[in-house]
Amino acid sequence: MRRQVEGSKAVAETVARCRPTVVAAYPISPQTHIVERLSELVTVGELTSCEYLMVESEFGALSACIGASAAGARTYTATASQGLLFMAEALPNASGLGLPIVMTVANRAIGAPINIWNDHSDALSQRDSGWVQLFASSNQEAVDLHVQAFVLAEQMSLPVMVCMDGFVLTHAMEEIDVPEQDDVDAFLPAFRPRQWLDPDHPVTIGAMVGPDAYTEVKYLMAQRQRRTLDALAEVADRFRGAFGRDSGGLLRPYRTDDAEVVLVVMGSVWGTAADAVDQLRADGVRAGVLGVTCYRPWPGDALHDALSGIANAVVVNRAVATGPGGVLGQDVHVCAPTGTAVREVVMGLGGRPVTRAGLVDLVCDVLDGWEPAGVLDYRDLDERVAQRELAREEALP
Amino acid sequence: MTSELYQIGTFAAGNRLLEEDQRTIQSSRDRGNAITSGHRACRGCGEALAARVVLDAAQRTAGGRMVTVNATGCLEVFSTPYPESAWQVAWLHSLFGNAAAVASGVAAALRATGRDDIRVVAQAGDGGTVDIGLGCLSGMFERNDDVLFICYDNQGYMNTGVQRSGATPPAASTANTRPLGGSVGNSFGTGKSLPQIAMAHEIPYVATATVADLHDLEAKVVKAMGINGARYLHLLVPCPLGWGTQSAETVRIARLAVRSGLFPVFEAEHGTVTGVTPIRQPVPVEDYLRPQTRFAHLFRGEGRPEVVAALQERADRYIARFGLLEGEPDEAAPKDEVRT
Repeated sequence: MRRQVEGSKAVAETVARCRPTVVAAYPISPQTHIVERLSELVTVGELTSCEYLMVESEFGALSACIGASAAGARTYTATASQGLLFMAEALPNASGLGLPIVMTVANRAIGAPINIWNDHSDALSQRDSGWVQLFASSNQEAVDLHVQAFVLAEQMSLPVMVCMDGFVLTHAMEEIDVPEQDDVDAFLPAFRPRQWLDPDHPVTIGAMVGPDAYTEVKYLMAQRQRRTLDALAEVADRFRGAFGRDSGGLLRPYRTDDAEVVLVVMGSVWGTAADAVDQLRADGVRAGVLGVTCYRPWPGDALHDALSGIANAVVVNRAVATGPGGVLGQDVHVCAPTGTAVREVVMGLGGRPVTRAGLVDLVCDVLDGWEPAGVLDYRDLDERVAQRELAREEALP
Repeated sequence: MTSELYQIGTFAAGNRLLEEDQRTIQSSRDRGNAITSGHRACRGCGEALAARVVLDAAQRTAGGRMVTVNATGCLEVFSTPYPESAWQVAWLHSLFGNAAAVASGVAAALRATGRDDIRVVAQAGDGGTVDIGLGCLSGMFERNDDVLFICYDNQGYMNTGVQRSGATPPAASTANTRPLGGSVGNSFGTGKSLPQIAMAHEIPYVATATVADLHDLEAKVVKAMGINGARYLHLLVPCPLGWGTQSAETVRIARLAVRSGLFPVFEAEHGTVTGVTPIRQPVPVEDYLRPQTRFAHLFRGEGRPEVVAALQERADRYIARFGLLEGEPDEAAPKDEVRT
């Protein structure tokens, strides 16, 4: 049913309709409204047969999910920013053990300096944790991705992270179609774990693997990640059939077919970019936007195909990297067709707004021959402040 | 006479002198054998001995309806070199510092899915308990999650090469507390008592035990398994490698630790001490320290009699506080001076 609802509440209610049996969470802004709502749903008995564990840390939250999932429960947690970093040790443990945990990350910058607002530094820092990482372009997609995440996680026996922009999505009130219980039940079968802690059929889970077999274990995990790309596309197709909406999948292209310039983005900037593209198209500029919905595993082939025949791709990175380019940008560089010039900018760090006007200017500048300053251009940098501080540093003895 | 013989005799001999219903689970022919032989523990490993006794007793008490969670550490490493496993019970290892939280999650899952007849036992070494695992463990305690948590305390990071932990006693030499120059080894005034921290959470049951008294150890496991909620057993398990003792001496060293007063054996319920194992034949701490090379610097050359005396004071304070000679705690004993 479509109704005005906050993104966090819509996600919480959707998660509840996925019938998790264990939820373990630790509060951190901007994730709090999700877990608060879930705890209410458990307390009032709307979400039945579910244990809600109020743990002492995010490390404890994910660890409890690991135990619960290994004991055969459908498990869910949510976090953000420092909380995700505090989970870092347990993230590859969950994926390595093949536990289908679903987690929401309400994307937020990481400190220092401490900053509670939105960018993608948190999730991207866990790029190689072995989790599937999906980025929602809207609150509707955030809701839909959670339903798909449980299906995908349990089908592939892999943990899935659903990333939704902190505040921009989590705290936005808008019209959202929250899937009905019957529809979710029809789409998401009951959880049948591949193996679980069963006293009648005891298994050893989490043995020590030495040089003789570690490589093979890791290789097989990588192969499963690759198969996940196909599975994800299939789940999105099935979702479209069941719910009548395009949500999820690998990429979200908009007006890219004859585009001269395509903005490559992740998360809610997609909506802003689509508005910018509409404005540019109205002015006769052939612009498009390509949203990356599935960041890990990386849909390199799909991205290559999507950019084929497009002269200019501009990657909007919402995280800083100290390497040769941005985190998202480096992946795009590697996979873009040879005929596509890839340029990278950083925008929207720590909650700085990425506006339609800013993206329109970016596209126009690229068509006017503008080139980024260095491998990574801080597009929305306050040059006056930056130059003043650099000069001050240089003046130091 | 029989009880005296039991005190000083072997486990098997002592067991035969007991009534049938008082004999240990470990001595019965149909014990569960939770951890099989063939694992890679060192000779004389106190942890391997304790783990076998604990889990066989827990499994029997739970009627076979039990799953286990293990922290990273010696026990995990020596029992599961893939593709081998010494475990005949359902066993999950996740990380070093999260065994308590993982076990909480297991217990929650079993409760949520209507299988709470299955009991959860978590186990860790002292590092995984008192240091890196303390946050998760405290959370498990305060939520009163239905988990029995076992700490196999060998007083240091033995798996990584014998470094100091928060459970290493003062004056012990470890790989990073060498008694070099004027150093006494591990500093006085450091370390923590996890049993007392557990008691401060007022959980239903806390107990200490050692591999020197397997009857007592089993009885406490059986008692703990009969209680719901968070329970904590802190077991002293000598480490021949880390302590520098003969592999045949493990049980004797543990017994000397108890008799010296340095390791009080007691039980507590909801934060109050309810039972103390009295020391029948007290020994000076020197008798316990001398056989261990980690304390050899205290006796080399002219020795460090002032350090031995400080350790004796520590033992005397424990003896007074827990009433170890009388078998009941001394309420008047100063509580804020237990740390040496």
